[in-house]
Amino acid sequence: MTREEIVESIKDIIRTIAPDEELSGLKSDVRLRDQIALDSMDFLDIVMELRKRYGVQVPEEDYKELATLDGCVAYLHPRLKDRPAKVGV
Amino acid sequence: MNSLPRIVITGIGLCSPNGSSLAQMRQSLLTGRSGVRKWSIRHVGETLAGVCEFDALRWQKKKELRRGTRAGSISIYCAGEAFADAGLKPAELERSRIGVYIGTTEHGNVETENQIHEVAQYDYDLSFWSHHHNPRTVANNPAGEVTLAFGLTGPAYCIGAACAAGNLGLIHGAQLLQLGEIDQAVGGGVSESIHTFGIFASFRAQGALASHPIPEKASRPFDRDRNGIVVSEGGCLYVLERLEDALARGARIHAELVGWHVNSDASDFVLPLAERQNECMRGALKRAELAPEEIDIVSSHATATPLGDQQECEALRSVFGDSARTHVNNTKSFIGHAMGAAGALELAGNIPSFEDGWVHPTINLDNLDPACEVRNLVANKPKELGRVDHILNLSFGMLGINSAVVLRRFQG
Repeated sequence: MTREEIVESIKDIIRTIAPDEELSGLKSDVRLRDQIALDSMDFLDIVMELRKRYGVQVPEEDYKELATLDGCVAYLHPRLKDRPAKVGV
Repeated sequence: MNSLPRIVITGIGLCSPNGSSLAQMRQSLLTGRSGVRKWSIRHVGETLAGVCEFDALRWQKKKELRRGTRAGSISIYCAGEAFADAGLKPAELERSRIGVYIGTTEHGNVETENQIHEVAQYDYDLSFWSHHHNPRTVANNPAGEVTLAFGLTGPAYCIGAACAAGNLGLIHGAQLLQLGEIDQAVGGGVSESIHTFGIFASFRAQGALASHPIPEKASRPFDRDRNGIVVSEGGCLYVLERLEDALARGARIHAELVGWHVNSDASDFVLPLAERQNECMRGALKRAELAPEEIDIVSSHATATPLGDQQECEALRSVFGDSARTHVNNTKSFIGHAMGAAGALELAGNIPSFEDGWVHPTINLDNLDPACEVRNLVANKPKELGRVDHILNLSFGMLGINSAVVLRRFQG
């Protein structure tokens, strides 16, 4: 997956978890929770979806790395660069 | 006459397999429209069920719908409709003084089955078990979801009472209003049971799951050819208030709740007992200070199991055999057995009779089982009674719980 595909994949997951939110204006360097209504249970949903879609296990101590879209890309790209994107599953 | 405050129904919100409002449901009951259809569920395959088609997003957001349960969603819809019908906006009320009491037959089976199905795809690796499992399966989930949706901060919980639960939610709300614990009660029952394969499989194993080539004909209480229960989903919640409060705000009053009784068979896990049902009916009449001859409509519980219908009819003959005025009907023949919602939903279907003077029938009664013969059983077509003053609603459940509720036309 490219960095762009990772961003799209994260947005796709968030679209499922927070279907009432408008995601087109999301800033990549601002905390996701400061831009849209996401609580800790939603965050666990994101982690679960990453596990289901890509087999990525995100340990609890790394959750903070996923706070922004930029953070997600930095954390996930090394782990996902050899995997194909799965959007809309 | 006891000195406790009088309790009235000022709001009704429901979703039934044959209507998503009281007006729709009533229309269906008077025109013979069933809500039973073909239904397929994992492991069981093709079967039949009563399925609701309400607008789930009317009172909750997509995210809440996704996070919550079907029972929670049904509860939120019914509560929202009931508040609207009562002319009340929760945000304008003292929200710590609103109680929510929701009867359920069971809760948690749907989500537990779903989670087991999910982790089975991952060789039972429990890292795939959802963090949503516990908040979805706790026994207070449906009531708790209502508090979240409407910002209610008063007491809110569910009442597990098998298939008597719908009446129990109503009764409990009335009791707490009388005690002065709350100012408005949202009480009734809900069911999401068509989404658990276990309930179908268990009824099938018990020889109590209905089958019929024509879905609408499958639920046939009192008929010689009945062969069991059609499982349904649904919900019905009432807004209850003390009469003086309702009058003070000029509320429309659907009916007065004048009697109820709850008792237990203490005889069997699943088999009903006419003797205790008889005592339950008489207990409700006693509280209402009514004789059997003063009841116009008995909304029977009958689920279309061979023994259950016979036992209930035996009890009905004992209590109402001498009453020429009393008519008996059955709503499950239209909508199937809505489990925890059944009592509340079936009662609601009858309430418009206070205004229109008609009693809806029990349908699919082609050949009466002689053991189910009761006086004035209204079969297949509605009957005009002219004036209806009292309705007795019966709901019985497994482990031998019996409930009866008496409503009176509001007369000031």
